[in-house]
Amino acid sequence: MRILVAMSGGVDSSVVAAMLVAQGHEAIGATLQLYDHGAAAKRKGACCAGDDIHDARRVADRLGMPHYVIDAEQRFRDSVITAFADSYAAGETPVPCIACNQGVKFTDLLGLARDLGCEAMATGHYVRRVETVSGPEMHRPRDAGRDQSWFLFGTTRDQLAFLRFPLGDMPDKDAVRAEAARHGLGVAAKPDSQDLCFVPDGSYAALVETLRPETALPGEIVDRDGRVLGRHDGLARYTVGQSRRLGNAAMQDGSRQQVVALEPATRRIVVGPRDRATETEFSLRDVNWLIPAPAAPLACQVQLRAREPVRGAVIDGDRVRLDLPALPAPGQACVFYQGSRVLGGGFIRRAA
Amino acid sequence: MSGPGPRLVYLDANASEPLRPQARDAVLSALALSGNPSSVHAAGRAARAMLEQARERIAACLGADPAGLVFTSGGTESNALAIAGLGAGRRLLIGATEHDAVRAAAPGATVLPVRPDGTLDPATLDAALSESERPALVCLMAANNETGVLHPLASLAALCRRHGARLHVDAVQAAGRVALTMQSSGADSMAVSGHKLGGPKGAGALLLAGSVQGFALSPSIAGGGQERGRRGGTPSLPAIAGFAAACDAACADLARQEVLAVWRDRIEQAAVEAGAILVGESVTRLANTACLALPGRRAETQLIALDLAGFAVSAGAACSSGKVARSHVLEAMGLGTLAGEAIRVSLPWNAAETDIASFIDAYRRMQAGMARLPA
Repeated sequence: MRILVAMSGGVDSSVVAAMLVAQGHEAIGATLQLYDHGAAAKRKGACCAGDDIHDARRVADRLGMPHYVIDAEQRFRDSVITAFADSYAAGETPVPCIACNQGVKFTDLLGLARDLGCEAMATGHYVRRVETVSGPEMHRPRDAGRDQSWFLFGTTRDQLAFLRFPLGDMPDKDAVRAEAARHGLGVAAKPDSQDLCFVPDGSYAALVETLRPETALPGEIVDRDGRVLGRHDGLARYTVGQSRRLGNAAMQDGSRQQVVALEPATRRIVVGPRDRATETEFSLRDVNWLIPAPAAPLACQVQLRAREPVRGAVIDGDRVRLDLPALPAPGQACVFYQGSRVLGGGFIRRAA
Repeated sequence: MSGPGPRLVYLDANASEPLRPQARDAVLSALALSGNPSSVHAAGRAARAMLEQARERIAACLGADPAGLVFTSGGTESNALAIAGLGAGRRLLIGATEHDAVRAAAPGATVLPVRPDGTLDPATLDAALSESERPALVCLMAANNETGVLHPLASLAALCRRHGARLHVDAVQAAGRVALTMQSSGADSMAVSGHKLGGPKGAGALLLAGSVQGFALSPSIAGGGQERGRRGGTPSLPAIAGFAAACDAACADLARQEVLAVWRDRIEQAAVEAGAILVGESVTRLANTACLALPGRRAETQLIALDLAGFAVSAGAACSSGKVARSHVLEAMGLGTLAGEAIRVSLPWNAAETDIASFIDAYRRMQAGMARLPA
């Protein structure tokens, strides 16, 4: 079939392209240009800079498949980078990779795939798509170390029907690299991408401060009772759960402190004891279900951060009730699982 | 490996014309020569003779003096050499729809807005030239690469003369497609490119008029003083020989353009019926070029859909990254969002009538099959 392959120039999506070509599909490569690679050229190990576009094209050449570079700079700036900074300014800890997957990748690129008469779109994400009689399901991948399911909770059922994730069954990264080498792809030994692709020097706070200067203004560090414990150097550098950069406020009454809330209106950071999680209930926005939306409260497991074990919870509409207290960070995702299956998820709201 | 794709119908002549057979023969003959045109011995003399013959043939085609013809690597270098060599100490004025080869070589230039039809109003140039006593260099393209629109060069050149300004004409798209000579253009210098006439890539020329004292020009590359000290480096004789043969063939076959115009009009009529808006059709333009905007359809997607169907067209100017950039030409013409929704179809010298019919069919299918942009 005719299938669009989202190619970042990295080893994962290159292997996806090679697998599809080897299976005899009419594979069409597309690489999103997400930002001016002149500014990001010095960046290594991030996706879609100039070098990566070059690598993607060379892989496509090698595989004998057509390849196109799609200009998504403006869309990426508006829907991912600006939203990222706005989220920090609102006292949240955003996950830009989710915004990117939902926006430029699964909306714009997928729209292109449909326009071009493709029957599917494949990506190099590590997640399993399981075909069942009642439609496709999304599951954690075989390689738990590379699980990207948490980042893909916002995939709609319509999108999931159209998407393919050929790497979901790969046992580990070594197998993927071996596959790349077997196909003679120059990217076989390329380093993995890390951190945020659009932050040139790894300093996301500097970027946030440029876009939203108010996040660079200093303010007070207080405890839950409003007692001033110290000063901070700008909200952009703090996130819920963080213990670093607290200065004098780091230890109180012999117990290590962590950020428990960010208050943009007063520019205050609230801290509390590190070993004491207190929240058992919170609400979500932009909830997406990969199953028919349940009519009654649903008991399942939830994962509140990218790398974190699941915990028991009950989902009731946009409310989440945890079995045991935790420290949910506004802006992060709360993804619902049943075993390996992704049921849905939403973004954690700031407590009103 | 994927199987062989559909037969490619090449309709992107303004990016590069297919190689003419006369040019191929000339390149092969030149490849057989070992000599360096600067060498003293017989082999060198043979190479030199071929180089000078090429110079004379191209100069004759374009109504220029061979002594004023400087061989370069192509259009971009010719434009840059003219701007650096003839613009030194002068005010620079360029049209808003110029190619990046000119825009990038004249970063501080005053940009002259164009009319919605893409042409430069002589009154605009007159006003800009009247603003200062300082002598100017004006850079204008004879024909636009994206729309084919021709500037009214004769009257613009007369204005330049009246104001004591020099005029450099980027004739990369016009040469070999319209009757254009140094004399008729009124230019002080003119840039041409071999591969846009059906020669090989890698050779071009800057033509200097008698108004440029002694045809002298300070070089950008001094090297061994080749090209009368105006462009150093051993000239690419095979590319230059092919350029000359292509130039001869193109200039001898200008009547071909009338055939292309009929076919171009056929494409445009079908495109309009499919909902397209034609850009530049109200003014004099190249016979081979159609600029078709489909409201609500990204140029990029149109281009990819047509490529996958086996048709090579383009949108905007080719960008080295391969991405389709928004067209500054169409933006300068005030087309707004349509500037990102237009493709360029440019018929090559060897276009076949059957290709026109199959393109029209593919265009209709592309138009019917592609989802509109979300509002």
